[in-house]
Amino acid sequence: MPSFDVIVIGAGVNGLACASHLARQSRRVLLLEAGQPGGGMALAHLVPGLDPRVAQGMDLARHGLTFHPALATTVLHPEGRHRTVSAGHCDGPDTAAYAALHRRLTAFARVLTPFRQMTPPRLTAAGSEWGRLARLGLGIRALGKTEFRELLRMILINVADVAEDELSDDLVRGLLAFDATLGSWLGPRSPNSLILLLNRLSMGASPLLPKGGLPALAGAMTRAALSCGVTIREDARVAQVVVEADRASGVTLTTGEHLYAPLIVSAISPKTTLLSLVGPRHLDAGFTTRLSHVRSRGGAAKLHLTLRTLPDFRGADLRSRLVIAPSVTAVEAAFNPVKYGEVPDAPVMEIVLPSAHDPGPPVLSAIVQFAPHSPKAGLDTARAQMLANTLRQLETCAPGLGALTTGARLLMPQDIEAEFGMVGGNWHHGELSVEQMLFLRPLQEAAQYQTPLPGLWLAGAGSHPGGGITGAAGWNAAERIVKERA
Amino acid sequence: MTDLTHYRTPLLATPFHARTEARNVLYRWGAWAGYRTALCFGDPAMEHTAIRNAASVYDLCPMVKYRIQGPDAAAYLNRLTIRDAAKLPVGSVHYTVWCDDRGRVLDDGTLFRHAADRYMLCCQERHLPWLLDSAAGYEVAVFEVTEEVAALSLQGPCSATVLAAAGFDVAGLRPFRMATFAFDGADLTISRTGFTGDLGYELWMAPAQALPFWDHLMAAGAPWGIRPIGTDALNLARIEAGFVITNMDFIPADQAVREDRSRSPFELALDWMIDWDKGHFTGRRALKLEKDCDTSKWALIGLDIPGNVSAEGSILYHSRRHEAGHITAAAWSPATKRSIAIAQVQRRHMAGRDLWVEIYALRELQYVKLMLPVTVTDRPFFNPARKRATPPGVF
Repeated sequence: MPSFDVIVIGAGVNGLACASHLARQSRRVLLLEAGQPGGGMALAHLVPGLDPRVAQGMDLARHGLTFHPALATTVLHPEGRHRTVSAGHCDGPDTAAYAALHRRLTAFARVLTPFRQMTPPRLTAAGSEWGRLARLGLGIRALGKTEFRELLRMILINVADVAEDELSDDLVRGLLAFDATLGSWLGPRSPNSLILLLNRLSMGASPLLPKGGLPALAGAMTRAALSCGVTIREDARVAQVVVEADRASGVTLTTGEHLYAPLIVSAISPKTTLLSLVGPRHLDAGFTTRLSHVRSRGGAAKLHLTLRTLPDFRGADLRSRLVIAPSVTAVEAAFNPVKYGEVPDAPVMEIVLPSAHDPGPPVLSAIVQFAPHSPKAGLDTARAQMLANTLRQLETCAPGLGALTTGARLLMPQDIEAEFGMVGGNWHHGELSVEQMLFLRPLQEAAQYQTPLPGLWLAGAGSHPGGGITGAAGWNAAERIVKERA
Repeated sequence: MTDLTHYRTPLLATPFHARTEARNVLYRWGAWAGYRTALCFGDPAMEHTAIRNAASVYDLCPMVKYRIQGPDAAAYLNRLTIRDAAKLPVGSVHYTVWCDDRGRVLDDGTLFRHAADRYMLCCQERHLPWLLDSAAGYEVAVFEVTEEVAALSLQGPCSATVLAAAGFDVAGLRPFRMATFAFDGADLTISRTGFTGDLGYELWMAPAQALPFWDHLMAAGAPWGIRPIGTDALNLARIEAGFVITNMDFIPADQAVREDRSRSPFELALDWMIDWDKGHFTGRRALKLEKDCDTSKWALIGLDIPGNVSAEGSILYHSRRHEAGHITAAAWSPATKRSIAIAQVQRRHMAGRDLWVEIYALRELQYVKLMLPVTVTDRPFFNPARKRATPPGVF
């Protein structure tokens, strides 16, 4: 039995990134994955923007990762009067207004980007990188007086207000509202929803599609990790973190096998890690209670359709990202019912047709919002209803799609939780919202990736800066571990 | 919605109220945890004398009580409190403390182990939300039972004799042990515990037994001068015993508004209870760090003060000039014939070198300012052998 310096739990994008970075620092790393490495990435169909440190540090290009050209977005109109939006440009009446707004939001996002690539500061004097923070603060101030004031005015505002203040075209407004709330449990009129759009923009202006799809990204990251010297074990589900003398000292697998290492890093959900794998007995009561209160509601469903041929979305470019979000109100109206555990009549969605890019059987992948994470009517009824409403929306935009469909699979948030272990079916392993960001993510006591249990660290999307197929949390955690000589 | 009328509801009466009200000549009542409680029945000196020289009865009903029950009760209490509750034998009681995550004291109390899987926790403040939160992950149920248990404290050198006269043989009962007796067709639990630092017992019963038991006890104790006492006399006795009271000698961490007001067990001289070997408990990591890095800021000490003027509420000074701490409880102690005090001081002054107290003594509408040197002294201030003797002496 080889011995390891570090055991990393969960071979998702963050687990792979963290394990690779640590292995590059000459640590012997064992990466344990309950299913297949990168399996959870199958939930996504686009990459908002891989952290450049991960892409370069793992040399993913050498391991076969290439991307299609950045995708434009088509906001679908039921009668075919679509809008095309890409990199600051949109057609229609809002061309100038959108360009100005995009420029401003992108500038805001740019000064916020460096925060994604660092351990969140502590509010106490010790342990923060004050010099770096000061530089970042100066960077924000360098926006100039007017833009700095605008940033302060807008940073906690809701996206609906911004869209309605700055734009006039319902479709472009709807897109803004949709992009801000994608993967969250917020409607466009919920307070603080704009910051999620800024967060998205700080990952990259346009979403990317790897050649070969997300499985190709998973494959490249796995190969890269192996080449760094990481040992990966598939189908190895951790049942328990072993605690000895007030220190995490190993893990027990569901098979009963014990594995030991002086450092345990969990890239799965903080709630699962601490409340289930460690258990309240090894943690303080206040911490445990606050952790159980960390909100982790998923509002997104994943749709997968197999088709006979590619459909026609009334002339829309099938190589673009297709969005059904006809207005801010439509997005808000799709959010309202989930608050009461109900299914929206007219869900909004993001559609990707991978077979328009890569050769392969025609399929349609969509992220459909909003789906109730705890449906009142029960999971099966809600799933059937959600699927019917989604297909009806799709049929309106692509008449005849139903006849082309040979198979449909919809994963509700509860299905996502059951299949991928994300608490509440939330992609980010804990909702991404202002009060659960930065040094409050997942909780103040664990925001610097180190948990209160000595020897146990967090490296997943539940930590700063959240999820979204970037690997930033895993990389940040690894950097912190190296810096703290843990 | 429930009609919220608590702010219009007068303080509740305890199950003994019909008797205590009849005896309360001064009609001096105070509020304790939502109940009316007698501050003094007639003569505070006579009431204190009953505690130290005869037998005294104090109505304990308002004390907050929780029942903790279930297969994980011991493990739960070990995570909650700083002492090892698993080591507490069935039929025994210990004093304990629990802390928040930062190792700051939330409250102190007495823990009674009625069965392997059943405990009762008695304390000053209410903690149900914290106790329930702490129960997550444990097979344990926590109930507030304050209203379900009526209790009297019988304290004083004659208390064992009075109990014997009342038909309860407690001669074999050692300190911090309890036993169950029959009274009036129901169970009555007697524990050798108390808050006076003297020989004494606490008597736990169903509220329905309260009045018959009171009458029975008063009749049996009459030859020994048994008398009901109020909180004023009890407070004097507890100062002599050197005990601390939550919200009088320290502020519980969950109520402290000012960041620097909460205290750790080290700062309250309660660290002797911490069991480092029993496994994790809430606050352990913070306390370990406090111990290892020696970061305690305060100390709780006992003081001997010259003269006979109580130093209640006074400020302590180092070399007469620099503030060093404050008195949290003080009295002229009739039992020890000296002026004593409990104080919180900055830790560097815990040895008491060059420590002074500034007392404002009110004498016929005029304050007289005294600056007196203080001496650190052991607690308890009053510690009679009869407190521990088993069988108890016959007085």
